[in-house]
Amino acid sequence: MTMPTSARRGLTRKQKRLATIAGLALVLAIATALVLVGLRDQIVFFYAPSDVVAREIAPGQAIRLGGLVKEGSWTRDGQENLFTITDGGHEIVAQYAGILPDLFREGQGVVAEGSLGADGRFEASNVLAKHDENYIPKEVVEALKAQGEWRPEEAVQ
Amino acid sequence: MSIELGHFALVLAFAIALLSALGGLTLWRRGERLAAVLSQAAILQFVLVALAFLAVVHAFVVSDFSLALAANHSHSLKPLIFKISGVWGNHEGSMLLWVLILVMFGALVAAFSRELPSDLTNLVLGTQSLLTAAFAGFTLFTSNPFARLSPAPLEGGDLNPVLQDIGLAIHPPLLYAGYVGFSICFSFAIAALISGRIDQAWARWVRPWTMLSWTFLTLGIAMGSYWAYYELGWGGWWFWDPVENASFMPWLAGTALLHSALVMEKRNALKIWTIFLAIITFSLSLLGTFLVRSGILTSVHTFASDPTRGLVILTMLAILIGGAFLLFAIRSPALRQGGLFAPISREGALILNNLFLATAVGAVLVGTLYPLLLDALTGTTISVGAPFFNFTFGALMAPLLLVLPFGPLLAWKRADLVAAGQRLMGFAALAVFLAILISALAGNSISLVPVGLLLGFWVTFGAIAELIERSRIGRIPLAESLRRLAGLPRSIWSTAIGHMGMGLTVLGIVSVSAWETELVTTLNPGETAELSGYVIAFDSFEQIPGANYVADAGRFTVTSPNGDLATLIPERRTYVASGMPTTEAAIQTYGLSQLYLQLGESLDDTHVIRVWHKPYILLIWIGALVMSGAGILSLSDRRVRFGVPQTSRRTKLEASR
Repeated sequence: MTMPTSARRGLTRKQKRLATIAGLALVLAIATALVLVGLRDQIVFFYAPSDVVAREIAPGQAIRLGGLVKEGSWTRDGQENLFTITDGGHEIVAQYAGILPDLFREGQGVVAEGSLGADGRFEASNVLAKHDENYIPKEVVEALKAQGEWRPEEAVQ
Repeated sequence: MSIELGHFALVLAFAIALLSALGGLTLWRRGERLAAVLSQAAILQFVLVALAFLAVVHAFVVSDFSLALAANHSHSLKPLIFKISGVWGNHEGSMLLWVLILVMFGALVAAFSRELPSDLTNLVLGTQSLLTAAFAGFTLFTSNPFARLSPAPLEGGDLNPVLQDIGLAIHPPLLYAGYVGFSICFSFAIAALISGRIDQAWARWVRPWTMLSWTFLTLGIAMGSYWAYYELGWGGWWFWDPVENASFMPWLAGTALLHSALVMEKRNALKIWTIFLAIITFSLSLLGTFLVRSGILTSVHTFASDPTRGLVILTMLAILIGGAFLLFAIRSPALRQGGLFAPISREGALILNNLFLATAVGAVLVGTLYPLLLDALTGTTISVGAPFFNFTFGALMAPLLLVLPFGPLLAWKRADLVAAGQRLMGFAALAVFLAILISALAGNSISLVPVGLLLGFWVTFGAIAELIERSRIGRIPLAESLRRLAGLPRSIWSTAIGHMGMGLTVLGIVSVSAWETELVTTLNPGETAELSGYVIAFDSFEQIPGANYVADAGRFTVTSPNGDLATLIPERRTYVASGMPTTEAAIQTYGLSQLYLQLGESLDDTHVIRVWHKPYILLIWIGALVMSGAGILSLSDRRVRFGVPQTSRRTKLEASR
């Protein structure tokens, strides 16, 4: 028990209750602090390629990069994949080692987790594509709309 | 024809539910006769919704594609089991399953409620009918599963291939039974608030329902986790994805409710808190089912989402949950608190349990909803992923696990912490020893691993401390000890087993997080790769036709460190009807560990493979199964019977006040 040690036999009911409430408040305060620290340090921002350029995102910062996989840009050498993520405005070359999701396609929406390398390439540690052929991540839709590149009739074929 | 009959049955069930809700909630003082009518009505609702459900199942089984739902989500080539499970692999059908389970629980209450005071029966069945009316109405008016197509297509559009798995047949029904089961606790809470009658007997009625729902939910989440693990092909078993969080929050709240109802039942304390938890738990279940469906949160596991219905869903949730809390705010001050106790006591320990579980719910809720809030307020898109949840949730669970073994050893009202500590000393020493030994052997430098191991072993061993204590093992002859063990009340056994299951899950999580190894490489037939002592030989690559798909399959022979041979065949399937590809990982179990093999898309005769070695991963799910087993054991206790309380004279007197 982490209850304060002052709660002993001699205390009145009121004091006991105060001690209990103080203990509860302490745990709640710690939990709130944890959540706040977590929200400050552990969250990842989502950016489209244009945002990355406009905000001058520093290499090494963990972000999610979303956009469309540019047509004809995907090349593979063994497990090494290179592809270009575009939002119509700017494009960024991403590299990923491993097996891409089943529904990773050129022309389809994609979200990659990782960070920019010193050479300006995006090093993806994880590539997300949902298990639904018509799916484009909501963030990507917003980013494409912002660039005037959103053509829903093409996305849902 | 059967479709129209099913539609009609659901409409009828909706009308009966509406009448029952009105009758039950306004005329609840009318006593036995109303209770008899409402019980009949509850059973009738169940029969009618079951008929409606069977009508849809029948259409799927015989591939009647004039039913729009079957045309969109079924295919005549699908195996029978997937035709049936396909019924709930979509929004409309899963709503129908949800309503079916809701009325099933209502009927169960009606069947087991003969010993309940009639005004409580009336209010509980009235509230349950209100929920049924709301969700049956929602199904009928916005997500009608009975819509027809004319002309009927010759072939269906097929079910999403990822869902064509035995997991879909098991996971949603279990999960829904868990979610919806908490509606009974909710109805009991509303009934207590309206009637102003809340006592130990109330807790005794509510606890078995909580236990039942909690057991289903535990199984449902564990099953879902294992399904995602082998089907999605990412090798992960938990992603802290919104859908997972949505199912996990009611589980945490339900776990807290189990423990607080215990305090209320035994000591007549924590009444208002227990009522509050009962409402919160079901509200989180509703949030879990519908927040994701409303299209507001997106998730890798969402298959039945339809954003167009979002506003209706949110309005309904706001009315139901908001109404419940309004009632709580108005009525709860009138409830009397009882049962004084010292901070160091069984009650105190259970409050601590509730405190940590409730704050954990809060942390997960904040993490899940914060991106929405930030997006709405500032337009910044962020993702709150695993690091946040591991950090906050881990920090909140560690102290809970640390104090957990003390709880069952403390006496009610006032306990001796030192004495409990002395009894646990041996187990603590054993846990410390094992944690240090394993960390040293594994040569691990991650500082949190020994702590995690320590907590896991501590909880696992600490759970059996009470059993050993009570049976006096080692101090009296073994035969006598065994006799004592067999004679212990089942509640003691279920507490010990449940807590032990928790410990096993923790051990599995720590082991996989710390010692999982992974290899991504290109391999051609004839070549071999090695990971953690396992030699993986690529024998051949072939095409295998399936029932409704074609598979590219790799044949691998895996030699384990002690020389056992196993053949693994990971596949990449392309489904004929939809043209969708899926990855089928191959998993080989070695004791409690697993080797997980995934085949990538082939290019010019080279193949990418991804292999994971997952040490002791099965402990995660075994722990959950053990926890569910404890729940079932507790339900089988003769002293816990649905609606058959053995009230002492004192509580009866209190109840009649």
